[in-house]
Amino acid sequence: MHEAAPINPFVALAYLIAGVCFILALRGLSSPASSRRGNRFGMFGMALAVVTTLVTHEIASLPEILGAIAVGGAIGFVTARKIAMTDMPQLVAAFHSLVGLAAVLVAAAAYLNPEAFHIVDAAGEIFAVSRIEMGLGIAIGAITFSGSVIAFLKLNGNMSGAPIMLPGRHVINLGTLAAILGLIAYFVTDQSPWVFWTVTALSFLIGFLLIIPIGGADMPVVVSMLNSYSGWAAAAMGFTLGNSAMIITGALVGSSGAILSYIMCKAMNRSFISVIAGGFGAAPEASGGAAKVDRPWKRGSAEDAAFLMGQAEQVIIVPGYGMAVAQAQHALREMGDLLKAQGVRVKYAIHPVAGRMPGHMNVLLAEANVPYDEVFELEDINSEFAQTDVAFVIGANDVTNPAAKTDKTSPIYGMPVLDVEKAKTVLFVKRSMGGVGYAGVDNDVFYMDNTMMLLADAKKMVEEIVKSLGH
Amino acid sequence: MDFISILSIFVLACFVGYYVVWSVTPALHTPLMAVTNAISSVIIVGALIASAAAGSPSAKWLGLIAVALASVNIFGGFAVTERMLAMYKKKER
Repeated sequence: MHEAAPINPFVALAYLIAGVCFILALRGLSSPASSRRGNRFGMFGMALAVVTTLVTHEIASLPEILGAIAVGGAIGFVTARKIAMTDMPQLVAAFHSLVGLAAVLVAAAAYLNPEAFHIVDAAGEIFAVSRIEMGLGIAIGAITFSGSVIAFLKLNGNMSGAPIMLPGRHVINLGTLAAILGLIAYFVTDQSPWVFWTVTALSFLIGFLLIIPIGGADMPVVVSMLNSYSGWAAAAMGFTLGNSAMIITGALVGSSGAILSYIMCKAMNRSFISVIAGGFGAAPEASGGAAKVDRPWKRGSAEDAAFLMGQAEQVIIVPGYGMAVAQAQHALREMGDLLKAQGVRVKYAIHPVAGRMPGHMNVLLAEANVPYDEVFELEDINSEFAQTDVAFVIGANDVTNPAAKTDKTSPIYGMPVLDVEKAKTVLFVKRSMGGVGYAGVDNDVFYMDNTMMLLADAKKMVEEIVKSLGH
Repeated sequence: MDFISILSIFVLACFVGYYVVWSVTPALHTPLMAVTNAISSVIIVGALIASAAAGSPSAKWLGLIAVALASVNIFGGFAVTERMLAMYKKKER
């Protein structure tokens, strides 16, 4: 299809090497020890791809291009340096939106100047295959852009995290999607501008519509899904250009996002379709909540907590999104250090959906200098709760709810949870007894005999415990 | 390259991606997202071609904007990944 492009074997080889570097970049992430070397491979691959492109094309406007790279690069670099680790989900969403928009712009440029991309036949018509690739590229890019903008606004708190439900939204969404696909098919026979721009406009629209009904707790899935889309958009443009680096990268990123979405869905025991359909946590669920009225529970103080943990042999800390919101990770690590100094074994248990994006808690703990070999995933540590003296739950709720194992009517039934209730004592840091988790379900752990509720801001509570431990 | 060769690369890369990503430790899932973000900005190659070509001024400007956006991502994505990875430390003993 792309015979028109004269292919220099060295150029093709350079792009292939860039693609392989990107594979190595992801491969490096299999362990923290090799991860930084992997990242260097990624940078090298990117530099190679950019330089190869620049030296093998007639450049009519080098200063402008270098200027664009400098401006964009400076903004990106400064943002990356300054961003708080708690804000990573927003940053990633914002970056996704840029990839999406860039894909849209490249597809539009290819449409306006197809000769530059060698995708026209002798009669000046764009190849049929290229039209499909361009159509898909611009559609996926536009969906990635507008969807990520909404995800960003929700994560950043500019927009309520509550799902916004339009009446008849499934019909509207499916209709819009069908229209986009139909128009891309029609684009093969008619390359007039209205078809192209209508696809673009509808795709921007569907991106907004798809994300607004999805609630805050489902954001890890949404962010992963948009990650996947940004990859497929790059792959589609790679097809248009016949560029192996772009295709390999697109496939890598696409699968990566898809796998992360799958892991997140599984960790919530929800089907991908039900997340996309949206609305989780919108209506208060009938079950569990009914029994909520006035059950007895015990309140503890920071001194009690310090005493209990100081006496313990092993303490497992279970952090959740509330810890991130309160920025309690540094105080938490200090608490862990003091306990370790007293001979207590301290471990951290991370649920896959704790936080607002995959691996969010791990980054925050790493930021606070918690060694990564003290941090464990759910399946690796869950059996240990039974032999643990204190489970210290901070800012997590639904992921510790035993109703997920026993109550078939509970909306979170079937979700894998951390068995904190099996520990000898559960210390549960929570702002107040009023609020329930995102799923809107009451948690039986609050009312157990071996549970002590520590009602306060997470950071303040941990700091007070640190103070008591210091004595 | 003909369409079938490109498609072959794509399909095989999907399989590579599948196996490589499953081997990523869950502790590094956030850096994984940041770095995939950075590498998907390889779309800058298309943006460079568009902005380098003479012929259509509008295509050139779209290309230049895309170059700037992708650069934000490339520099930002790799830098933030590097920053995160530098924080992962083993127990000092």
